[in-house]
Amino acid sequence: MWAVRMEKITKRFGPVVANDAVDFEVAPAEIHCLLGENGAGKTTLMRILFGLYRKDAGEIYVDGKPVSFSGPRDAIAHGIGMVHQHFMLAGRLTVTENIVAGAEPRRGVLLDYAKAREMVREVSERYGLKVDPDAHVESISVGQQQRVEILKALLRGAKVLILDEPTAVLAPQEVGDLFDIMRRLKEGGTTIIFITHKLKETAAISDRVTVLRDGRRVATMNTADASPADLAELMVGRQIVPPARKGHSPDGKVVLELQNVSVRGGLGAGARTGGAGGKARLNNVSLQVRSGEILGIAGVEGNGQLELEEVIVGLRKPTSGRVLLNGRDITRLGPRGIRDMGVACIPSDRLRRGIVDSFSVAQNLILGEQTSAPFAASGILQPRKIVEHAAKIVNMFDVRTASLDQPVGSLSGGNQQKLVVGRELSRGPNLIVAAQPTRGLDIGATDYIHRQLLAMREQGKAILLISAELDEVRALSDRIAVMYEGQIVALRPAEEFTERDLGLLMAGQGVGVAS
Amino acid sequence: MREILDVIFDINNVTATIRMATPIALAAMGGAFSERSGVINIGLEGMILTGAFCGVLGSYISGSPWLGVLFAVVGGGLMGATLAVFAIKLKADHVVSGVGLNILALGLTSWLMQVLWKNRGTSVSVNGLPMFSIPVVRDVPVLGTILGTHSPLVYMMLILIFLGWVVMFKTPLGLRIRMAGEHPEAADTVGINVHAVQYFSVILSGCLAGLGGAYLSLAQLNWFSMNMSAGRGYMALAANIFGQWNPIGGLGASFLFAFTDALQMRIQTSPIKLPTDIIQMLPYILTILVLAGAVIRSRPPAALGRHYESGRAA
Amino acid sequence: MGTREGDLSRGPAARVVRRAAGWLARPGVSDIAYSAVAVLLALVIGAILIAASGYSVIDAYANLFDGAFGSIYNLANTLMMATPLLFTGLSVAVAFQCGLFNVGAEGQLYVGGLASAVVVLVLGPAVPGVVRVLLALVAGALAGAVLAAGPGYMKARLGAHEVITTIMLNYVGILLTTFLVKTYLKEPGPVDQTPLLPVGARLPELIPGTRVSWGIVLGVAAVVAVDYILRRTSVGYEIQAVGRNAAAAEYAGVNVPGRIVLAMVMSGAIAGLAGSSVVMGTLYRFITNFSPGYGFTGIAVAVLARNKPWGVLPAALLFGMLQSGGMSMQLFARIPADLMTLVQGIVILFVAAPALASMFLARSRFGARTGGRG
Repeated sequence: MWAVRMEKITKRFGPVVANDAVDFEVAPAEIHCLLGENGAGKTTLMRILFGLYRKDAGEIYVDGKPVSFSGPRDAIAHGIGMVHQHFMLAGRLTVTENIVAGAEPRRGVLLDYAKAREMVREVSERYGLKVDPDAHVESISVGQQQRVEILKALLRGAKVLILDEPTAVLAPQEVGDLFDIMRRLKEGGTTIIFITHKLKETAAISDRVTVLRDGRRVATMNTADASPADLAELMVGRQIVPPARKGHSPDGKVVLELQNVSVRGGLGAGARTGGAGGKARLNNVSLQVRSGEILGIAGVEGNGQLELEEVIVGLRKPTSGRVLLNGRDITRLGPRGIRDMGVACIPSDRLRRGIVDSFSVAQNLILGEQTSAPFAASGILQPRKIVEHAAKIVNMFDVRTASLDQPVGSLSGGNQQKLVVGRELSRGPNLIVAAQPTRGLDIGATDYIHRQLLAMREQGKAILLISAELDEVRALSDRIAVMYEGQIVALRPAEEFTERDLGLLMAGQGVGVAS
Repeated sequence: MREILDVIFDINNVTATIRMATPIALAAMGGAFSERSGVINIGLEGMILTGAFCGVLGSYISGSPWLGVLFAVVGGGLMGATLAVFAIKLKADHVVSGVGLNILALGLTSWLMQVLWKNRGTSVSVNGLPMFSIPVVRDVPVLGTILGTHSPLVYMMLILIFLGWVVMFKTPLGLRIRMAGEHPEAADTVGINVHAVQYFSVILSGCLAGLGGAYLSLAQLNWFSMNMSAGRGYMALAANIFGQWNPIGGLGASFLFAFTDALQMRIQTSPIKLPTDIIQMLPYILTILVLAGAVIRSRPPAALGRHYESGRAA
Repeated sequence: MGTREGDLSRGPAARVVRRAAGWLARPGVSDIAYSAVAVLLALVIGAILIAASGYSVIDAYANLFDGAFGSIYNLANTLMMATPLLFTGLSVAVAFQCGLFNVGAEGQLYVGGLASAVVVLVLGPAVPGVVRVLLALVAGALAGAVLAAGPGYMKARLGAHEVITTIMLNYVGILLTTFLVKTYLKEPGPVDQTPLLPVGARLPELIPGTRVSWGIVLGVAAVVAVDYILRRTSVGYEIQAVGRNAAAAEYAGVNVPGRIVLAMVMSGAIAGLAGSSVVMGTLYRFITNFSPGYGFTGIAVAVLARNKPWGVLPAALLFGMLQSGGMSMQLFARIPADLMTLVQGIVILFVAAPALASMFLARSRFGARTGGRG
């Protein structure tokens, strides 16, 4: 008997069919990989199982019995737990508060904190998930936050645990720890559904694998029987040839230079979660980006990449150190002045910082250029020039939109990103700061953006690529700098790093020498 | 100079401060509950006003000021429910609907006052609440002057503030409220009904503001007058922010506002000759200064003002 | 976004229906359709209240409509009432375009009105009337702008919520003008007011013999100017970008605090002109507490206009109508005009609720609206 069986599940969002009559079965106490590209419908399917989305059609059976969930509460009652890709944790509440909320132990009308703390301690010891029950969630590491999420599910009696892309936020060594935890849980009888798009992880941990593509199931098999190449083809449905990177000319002139840049202190403009005040967010960072090269910044997110991006584009003033562009000091110039010097920026947080979603496509394509010729003349906008420009970019960068007047918020994520990339690359920049340029995009759009960045490199632009995707950094970069806790712990030509080196460096187990 | 100091450091100012803080602190606690659950409550002003009106109405109909207080709580709660429906169910912008509610409350109370009592400006006088003395405390020298004799609503306010603090920080309900305002998706995924929690909080905030209104019309005075809340709802919101969304902090901030108000009234009856119009500006200017100074260090609930719909999580 | 299919058959008649339905489903048009419904609903609730209070609904609304446009004189009265609302509505709308809620138009119009009166009275007859009028208008706008700049600055630099600061400044503005009039400018007599402005230094009547002044023309000119600034200038683009997504605007190099202050200054200047238009074109003097809440009605005007400059025009006319009609309702049917305040509140609530709008529009098969104010 299956622990969970989903039968002919269909889910539509407006005109988009996210799940198209998907069948899915999981055996008790197995680790089952749900493999697929971004947008293949993996998360949607699991959110239906967890009661977050209502299915439009289909049946769900848990332990052989048909069930109908009207919300997560029902799913939890049936022993289903889910750890979401974006953690469902309130940063300002404590670990204990986050774990017991919704199922609080009581003493009279009051919440029994002592008992709650004890419960957390007990479960965390049983599964070897160490966390401080009294810490505020925003003050602990991402890996620990993930443990809090797992504890939350276990404490609610989860028999089936869904993990949505759990490795995306972890350093390679932390992934090992997570896999150990998963194996222990499995031995204890917990069924695990592991959502991922990474083949290596699938092979490393799962018993069986189900591949989704374009909202449909394309295969289910024993992991042992599947070769990575088979899985890749099943997942993508076509062959993707990685773009070729031509040889590196190491003697281009220095375009961007950071000299001993440090950022300290509390919450800045871009800080999303508060850490300990006064902690260094960037610590003595020095680097150079030359024309005709891509410098990749590797690292687990939250190790100073956001601050680095903000310092270079002028949103944040470093507490010490200098930033030079073509030899000129731009440390205190501000975003306007820096842009005017020919710096293009693809922000890491596209929705929040890259577009104005209620503005039209045409309006968004002049964002940042709204005061410059030819789009404005003495402060007056030039509609004809704006529309011509928009038509050109939409065409060149293959932005799929019904019209130029369409609000950008109605485009897909991939098309929004192409719009941002097109806008920034078409400005004729001499430095491109590309932060997480392919996050959340499907393989086609990712490939397209990679090719654009490489084309810019051919044209002799200097490119700083900040990415949490190690594969992306390795595929595109001429040189790689690894960031850990606000420091650059290694900076070398890309060929000189093995994947293992990078993994260790990203986890802070430095074998390299800071340069 | 001597005169001015005498006026400022008069012990009666302290007594008056506690008294005048009552409506602001109650409404500020209402604001704390509403905003901790994620709903911005600009409508406190209208809720106080409605409470003040309903208090007089209840006393007018029944002759009992205590029934009037009950009316005020229910009336304020109904205003809270209205805001809740618009801000939560109908996804109206919280700030716009709050201001709309205030205008609606002003129109409704002015209209009903004229319909019922045929007078624009003030209502008839009704039975107000009697004063209450604490037997032993009233005889203690300084403490007796400050705390010995007050309207029962003042004591009720002090008790409610403490209870409110307990509910917010020491009970499962309080945890759920804080979770809803910090991270509604997180609350939803552990089976907390976010909307139910928000409805409860916003309606409760209306009840508290309504009780504050009853203080104005049944304890401080014993009649209703047009727009008698006079900006106290906005002051309460500022007090709530200054008090870091904590009922006790809000009480502290309310004392600050109430003190200038007390001082302002004290100056008007003192030998110091300052134009009344200028003196009356004091509390308003203080509110602005407090807000300008407080906000930069304050951190509102993370999901404040957002609309959340279960099943649409990003 | 998608077009609706399936429920309409083929044929020319169907095509007309489809086209009409498509036209009504366009965001702008469905907004207008829904706004009209919101106003009607508010009036229906008003009617229920009138009936419940023991008045005759027919009597009330007959007087309301007669008072609004029963005669040339009443129509002129409506236009007179609409004039300050044109300014205050536009003032609130401009701020909204930058994501700011200026609830302080009331205070701003008081200081604007007094500044205009002072300039006219101080300059004296040696200065030509036209010059005095122009300078008085400039002074009115400046005074309003100054009172609004403070909250703008505190919002931009400190994050202090502008709703609270502008409301508080309403009280300050009203008390301050009262103090100034009582202390320095009072005409002898029981009322706290300034002396009359000389005939040559007023806003002239637009239609002789009525109380409609050139103020309404100024108001329309302001609508045209604001519309142009928002749609066709770089500054307007930046103001809207800040209002819709300040983080993206900042990333793109927009001076966000600067634009916030500018939007508040524009908003305050326009609200100041509302005061000037009343003082110079209607009352011909500054009277303390003269405004029946033009600043607050301006919020209803802006919300109903969905913060579009051109939308302010019909919305201001509508509320001008309700106000002048409300007065005659009070005068002739003895029904308190405060009902109109209530109607304003209801209109704001209804129009602000996008889910309500899409419920209505979906039911009437016009298609669904997508979202409300960001």
